[in-house]
Amino acid sequence: MLRIDLDILQQWIPVGGRVLDLGCGDGTLMSSLADNRQATGYGLEIDAEQITTCISRGVNVIETDLNLGLGSFQDDSFDTVIMTYSLQVMRRPDQLIDEMLRVGKECIVTFPNFGNIRTRSYLMLRGRMPVTKQLSHQWYDTPNIHFCTVHDFDTLCAEKNIRILHRKVVTERFPDKQLKGLWPNLFGETAIYHLAK
Amino acid sequence: MPEVFPPDSVGLVSPQLFTFDTPLELSCGRNLQNYELMVETYGELNADKNNGVLICHALSGHHHAAGYHSTADTKPGWWDAYIGPGKPIDTRHFFVVSLNNIGGCHGSTGPRTINPETGQLWGKHFPPLRVRDWVTSQAKLADKLGIAQWAAIVGGSLGGMTAMRWALEYPERLRHCVVIASAADLTAQNIAFNELARRAIRSDSDFHDGDYLEHDTIPRSGLALARMIGHVTYLSDALMEERFGRELRSGTFQQGLDAPIEFQVESYLRHQGDRFATDFDANTYLLMTKILDYFDLAREYGGDPIKAFSHALCNFLVVSFSSDWRFAPARSREIVKSLIAADKNVAYAEIQSDMGHDAFLLPNARYEGVFRAYMTRVAKEIDTFTTEEDAL
Repeated sequence: MLRIDLDILQQWIPVGGRVLDLGCGDGTLMSSLADNRQATGYGLEIDAEQITTCISRGVNVIETDLNLGLGSFQDDSFDTVIMTYSLQVMRRPDQLIDEMLRVGKECIVTFPNFGNIRTRSYLMLRGRMPVTKQLSHQWYDTPNIHFCTVHDFDTLCAEKNIRILHRKVVTERFPDKQLKGLWPNLFGETAIYHLAK
Repeated sequence: MPEVFPPDSVGLVSPQLFTFDTPLELSCGRNLQNYELMVETYGELNADKNNGVLICHALSGHHHAAGYHSTADTKPGWWDAYIGPGKPIDTRHFFVVSLNNIGGCHGSTGPRTINPETGQLWGKHFPPLRVRDWVTSQAKLADKLGIAQWAAIVGGSLGGMTAMRWALEYPERLRHCVVIASAADLTAQNIAFNELARRAIRSDSDFHDGDYLEHDTIPRSGLALARMIGHVTYLSDALMEERFGRELRSGTFQQGLDAPIEFQVESYLRHQGDRFATDFDANTYLLMTKILDYFDLAREYGGDPIKAFSHALCNFLVVSFSSDWRFAPARSREIVKSLIAADKNVAYAEIQSDMGHDAFLLPNARYEGVFRAYMTRVAKEIDTFTTEEDAL
């Protein structure tokens, strides 16, 4: 079973498309896109074990520190550049999004929505930085250094004149599933954005 | 020393000399009328002859990549850490072919063999070579072995350059190209180090303008110095600090004593140099460093590596090592960048290591894991081919 955001974003990948997956982990998404969308391309990863796993499953993985940008890639050389659940660990998410839009004709970004009611209430009621099942680190050891909410991301896109082709906010919780349609920033756990220049 | 060889060793091996009677046309315009290649093989060639893996050696390498020549050997072949049953280049799956390149001094035609036209040693008159001449001669060897297509061609350093040249010269003759600690060409600094080494050899009064064998001598100190220079550049500062530091091998700094002082690192380098001077031929060293200097993957493709790689049909694995400053990770990333722009399948790993350029020869858990993961896939493909054919 694919993680929900990985499942949803597949519909936006053109069949036979050339894809770049930033922070590709163990290559699950790249493999799935190859099977389901006949997509080709490369996954970028920095974790040694994940890289070896990618190689084992035949994913074109390139060891890359995303904080150094996408200098190895030419302008408009990919149909879609994807980054799932990695935005919040980047040193400069805004600059990386610029890079993604330079290299790809379209981009897909997914991230945990910090505006979710559970994180909001955690901070409000306990007065402590939220630790949830999804965001399981303590404030001092978390790799997640740039959290944002759906509203924040909408604002960034507006400021950068980035077109939002699709936006989905999802949750696997009940009754949040019903409510997220009305108040996505309050009830959505994961935000999925499909972007273009 | 090993009475019983380790279970993951290919064990006792013996080289074979292959003779070629059809002339080899060299890139310099001259021909080698006939030539010989010293070759070792490990594992079995399967019935479909599709499990061949070619090993391309580096500057001072040779055919003896794995196993032992006798029970008295203190050391196995130069890449024994990675070739053998259960090792990344698994001889239970692959038929591994390793040869001494022409121009070498370990049994293949080169400065130390006889020029049939003159009846004299080739010596300094051996024709200048390019990497492509090695590739051509290796392709003739593949023909002789009945290998139409290699499962993989694997090489480190200059060997990686050779593997890449294969991918461009005979794209349909390999399925995978493994390029380790290599570069698409040498930097000026790298060429400079080679020139220092050559100058060391030429400055030795025993060099006799390359005719040292006629004078019944060898430029021992020149060769040793060349190797010492090379060796320093193959290691990293951190490694030398860790391995030698300022430890003394003999003498003392105590005042009032004037006994000679020798650092461990001095003794180590001298030992490396002396051993090399005994094992290696000076003319071969001059020839090989020139081959390295002249190599430029993209020269004939308008200097455009993307255009060059667009001719390749195989998949690539590129590996570099963090502390390698002679073939730095940045040089490997250039290769990867060009392969991506040429839309080729490539995986790239940058291995943390203090071992400098030599890291590609030495045991390293992560390197081994990456190498094994890739070669396991190469092996699985062969099994798939074979199963498919059985089903027909």
